[in-house]
Amino acid sequence: MSEIPADLRYRDSHEWVRVEDDIAVVGISDHAQDAMGDLVFVELPEEGVVFAAGDEAGVVESVKAASDIYAPVSGEVVAVNEALEDEPELVNNEPYAGGWLFKIKMADSGELKEMLTADQYQEQIDSE
Amino acid sequence: MGHRTPLYDAHLAAGGKMVDFGGWDMPIHYGSQLEEHHAVRQHAGAFDVSHMTVVDVTGSDARAYLRHLLANDIDKVKAGRAIYTCMLNERGGVVDDLIVYKGDNDYRLVVNCATREKDLDWMEKQAGGFAVDIHERPDLAMIAVQGPEARAILEKVLCEAGAKAVAGLPFFGFEYVGEWLIARTGYTGEDGAEIILPGHKAEDLWQRLVDAGVRPTGLGARDTLRLEAGLNLYGNDMDEDITPWEAGLGWTVALDDAERDFVGRAALEKQKTEGHRQLLGLVLEGKGVLRAHQGVHVPGGSVGPDGEITSGTYSPTLGKAVALARLPAGTTGTVEVEIRNKRLNAQVVRAPFVRNGKATYKPL
Repeated sequence: MSEIPADLRYRDSHEWVRVEDDIAVVGISDHAQDAMGDLVFVELPEEGVVFAAGDEAGVVESVKAASDIYAPVSGEVVAVNEALEDEPELVNNEPYAGGWLFKIKMADSGELKEMLTADQYQEQIDSE
Repeated sequence: MGHRTPLYDAHLAAGGKMVDFGGWDMPIHYGSQLEEHHAVRQHAGAFDVSHMTVVDVTGSDARAYLRHLLANDIDKVKAGRAIYTCMLNERGGVVDDLIVYKGDNDYRLVVNCATREKDLDWMEKQAGGFAVDIHERPDLAMIAVQGPEARAILEKVLCEAGAKAVAGLPFFGFEYVGEWLIARTGYTGEDGAEIILPGHKAEDLWQRLVDAGVRPTGLGARDTLRLEAGLNLYGNDMDEDITPWEAGLGWTVALDDAERDFVGRAALEKQKTEGHRQLLGLVLEGKGVLRAHQGVHVPGGSVGPDGEITSGTYSPTLGKAVALARLPAGTTGTVEVEIRNKRLNAQVVRAPFVRNGKATYKPL
């Protein structure tokens, strides 16, 4: 069973969001990292880029496949996890902590309501 | 539910993540593909390759039949040796690649699982006029033990006769010990052995290997290991529309005996004089991962891609991306690979990328 923290919001494409004031910290779920296998390369957005919710924001690549990462909410990228350049395996080992991908300064925190709760995300995984 | 090998329960017990592979439920990894890859390069790993199709060819015309069917010439090796070869269609395209274990008057072939039916049909079709018996052996399992420590561990794990065989085999040599075929062959670029044995004996051998410290290794690492070793994968690097010349397999085509009229020979001889593309190695210079079907641009080439990656991956041993790519003949130096609408530089090299744990590629 993969871990799905109750205090986060999720996207059906397996990103999670943790809200810290007006900042959304974005990563991929434990379920997603497990399905991908060992990550070997993470391509992150540049700081200052502005996304609309649903835009392609990056790519995570495992030995077997590449997978797009989508911006879960609209706003400007204010930080990226530079540690992943040398240690992409952080996403495997700590998907909800050291393996975060980037931070977005939210343009509209109302978009969070559109995202899945932990229970809804669990249901989606179960139905896959 | 797919086909299951005799080791299916052992895979589940070891935490194997099972996936469909050519109709078989096989382990892609047992937790970490990277760790399994490194275990084979540095110590020893065991692979269940029982899904592969074993076919025995016997009969008074077996030799003549195989010299007609196969692009390589089984006469090049003596009994007790294995030989790698392709079987071709009339256009010179590769129907499949396979290993032939040559006995005194008997031949054991190991072909790919995904191509099983068409291979058997093709072999039957080509057998017209030859006194041969083509006999599939679904009762047999196959375990590959690969890595620098593989043979030493096998010497401890096998019976006395088996241990003696493993210790004495030359590269690509094999021996029958009772019903077991023990061969110094593999698909990883490391030393080791492949053992073909009765299916009901497989779980016991597997357990003894694991108890002796051999790491169960899935098909994921099998693919990164073979690609580092510059070994082709059927369906990726060659298929029925690709000749051995275009797949880096010219060394497996035996044209020496002008009398030997094997299937596809005329087409190969024609293409050899006309010229053809080449399968070459690529090493990505920056960050990223090379993947099959990415386009490759050569200096001064056309607007569209001049070639294509046929197999690509992140090389765990080298820490960078490597690939095999089909390119215009004579391509050297630096080329550009299309990765998600960007063009990244890659160096053209002579594979293998890794052999016996060490980087071996040479810039072209």
